[in-house]
Amino acid sequence: MSRFDKDWVRRNGVYVALVLLLLINVVITDNFVSAGTLRLQLIQVAPVLLVALGMALVIGTEGIDLSVGAVMAIAAALVPLYIGYGTVVSLLIAVASGAVTGVLAGVLVAKVGVQPIIATLGIMVAGRGLANVFGGEIKSIRDDGMVELGSGDVLGIPYVVLIAAVVAALAWFLVRRSTYGRQLVAIGGNKRAAELAGLPVKRVLITTYVICGLLAALAGVLMAARSQASDPTKLGLLVELSAITAVVIGGTPLSGGQVRIAGTIAGALLMQLITATLIFHDIPDSTAQVAQAVIVVAAVYVQLGRKKARKKVAT
Amino acid sequence: MTTTPTATRARVARSVQRQGALVILVVAVVASTFAFESFGTTGNLTNIALQASFLAVVALGMTFVIMTGGIDLSVGSVFALGGVLAAWGAQYGTWAAILLPLVVCGAIGLVQGLVIARGGLPPFIVTLAGLLFARGVLLLISDEGATTYKVPPDSAFRELAQGSVLGIGYPIWIVVLAFGIGALVLHRTTYGSTVLAIGGQEDAADLMGLPVVRTKVVTYLASGLLAGFGGLLIASYTSSGVTVLGVGMELEVISAVVLGGTLLTGGAGTILGTLVGVLLLQVIKNVINQVGSLNSNWQAVVSGTILLIVVTLQRWLSRQVK
Repeated sequence: MSRFDKDWVRRNGVYVALVLLLLINVVITDNFVSAGTLRLQLIQVAPVLLVALGMALVIGTEGIDLSVGAVMAIAAALVPLYIGYGTVVSLLIAVASGAVTGVLAGVLVAKVGVQPIIATLGIMVAGRGLANVFGGEIKSIRDDGMVELGSGDVLGIPYVVLIAAVVAALAWFLVRRSTYGRQLVAIGGNKRAAELAGLPVKRVLITTYVICGLLAALAGVLMAARSQASDPTKLGLLVELSAITAVVIGGTPLSGGQVRIAGTIAGALLMQLITATLIFHDIPDSTAQVAQAVIVVAAVYVQLGRKKARKKVAT
Repeated sequence: MTTTPTATRARVARSVQRQGALVILVVAVVASTFAFESFGTTGNLTNIALQASFLAVVALGMTFVIMTGGIDLSVGSVFALGGVLAAWGAQYGTWAAILLPLVVCGAIGLVQGLVIARGGLPPFIVTLAGLLFARGVLLLISDEGATTYKVPPDSAFRELAQGSVLGIGYPIWIVVLAFGIGALVLHRTTYGSTVLAIGGQEDAADLMGLPVVRTKVVTYLASGLLAGFGGLLIASYTSSGVTVLGVGMELEVISAVVLGGTLLTGGAGTILGTLVGVLLLQVIKNVINQVGSLNSNWQAVVSGTILLIVVTLQRWLSRQVK
């Protein structure tokens, strides 16, 4: 293969893998090509995708947000507490909780100068505890509005999927077309230079963590609405790892300075499809995890090759 | 020796930065002794130390990893895997129970170290994959977590964590010994100074001709071994291999290391600080259990908040130092 071909595969590896896996499933999985199967896959991936989109922005600033799973659990735990005031009120309060944790993370990172991994680790530990304090044991959510949000659809498209699609489009627009997006990428590329160039570094960083927190909280609410229950101990557990994986195999480097929204979507879909493929064929969870582990390392290795190749070209 | 007020302030700030967790620990222990009758009893204090020992063993490895500027997210899973392997191996004798987890967990650490140091992949991603991998293997050998292996009642392996000398359990002695050796290795060996040099500035360490790759591989290997060792200790203590252990443990361990004053950027830190961090987390758990009216979920809230306060203070003080 020529250098061009190799580079093309590296840059678009996630799409290639996704299409290949789709084709493999069309051949080997019974009833794979059906509206029901596709619908279920999309419904299942939607919350993870929402979290991954926020994570992509944070990683673009050379940060990381470990608190997303805990934030999901807090938001979900708040829903049954305020559902008495109506669907919309409880929804707004729950999602707003993501802004609160986002501000906290953003201020710790941008103003205090704590490393993102530690700041969000603290929020994750405390947040999971808080979710348990608020939520207690598993609480069922009996509310028509929430049921509709979790299971309803417009023109056959589930609300959950629609929301994820709209947010993905917004995220793409933010990164590619807005001043905020350009500043975010510049800060992730070289924070010191961005500061010297007079960019509002602190504001952009805080905004990014707030967006990430809001999206995580939204994902938590949607998951609670779908299962009509909130389980503060389990909801969103380890989601931070799935989200980071989706972002990274989608081609956004952990070192920041780049955000690939389409890649993140493909990454989330690929992870979902890997898990689903293994489930379709009764391959146990354990094997799925080992497979995920290998895929993550392979994906990052392929991307690293690209970076090295670039360096060689440059020198 | 003359000192300007600024220099004095800098020195005070630096020592508070290093010993902050120790001060909080002492205050917490003294206050709790007065506040709760049952806290200061010998039984309770040895219980805290015993419970802390499992975490401490794992945290020792993590301290070295973080000092090189890396991170090891796999320790929780490796810890659980080590425990299950030990309990399974115990039916073939004490040595099988000890060697099997050490070999497997050491191998996982070695591979991670090679991929990180030779392959140049980010530690975060590699050890994240290690977390999934070890948990996957654990589920494979335990029928998706359905099988719990028991250590045979007559096995001498139980003695390892259940026995005691002078009324103090073996795990506590082991931790004291391990941290003593850890401190010696860090401050008195070439390996130790290379670890700090890598964390300080890897490129410079490389240019100076220090064995960067080898040192990093050894560090991740040690972290895997210690996580596995922690797991086999808990298997001995509980006489069984519990599959659900260790979830989120990596974060607790990182918290302990950071609380202990080791900088996540690497290049600086103390071994004994980590021990203080572990004890502090354990004291918080114990105190919250003593306050009967408090839901045990507050443990997490308080630990997370203390972590945030300490890192905020560390940042603020390091600015004062400058």
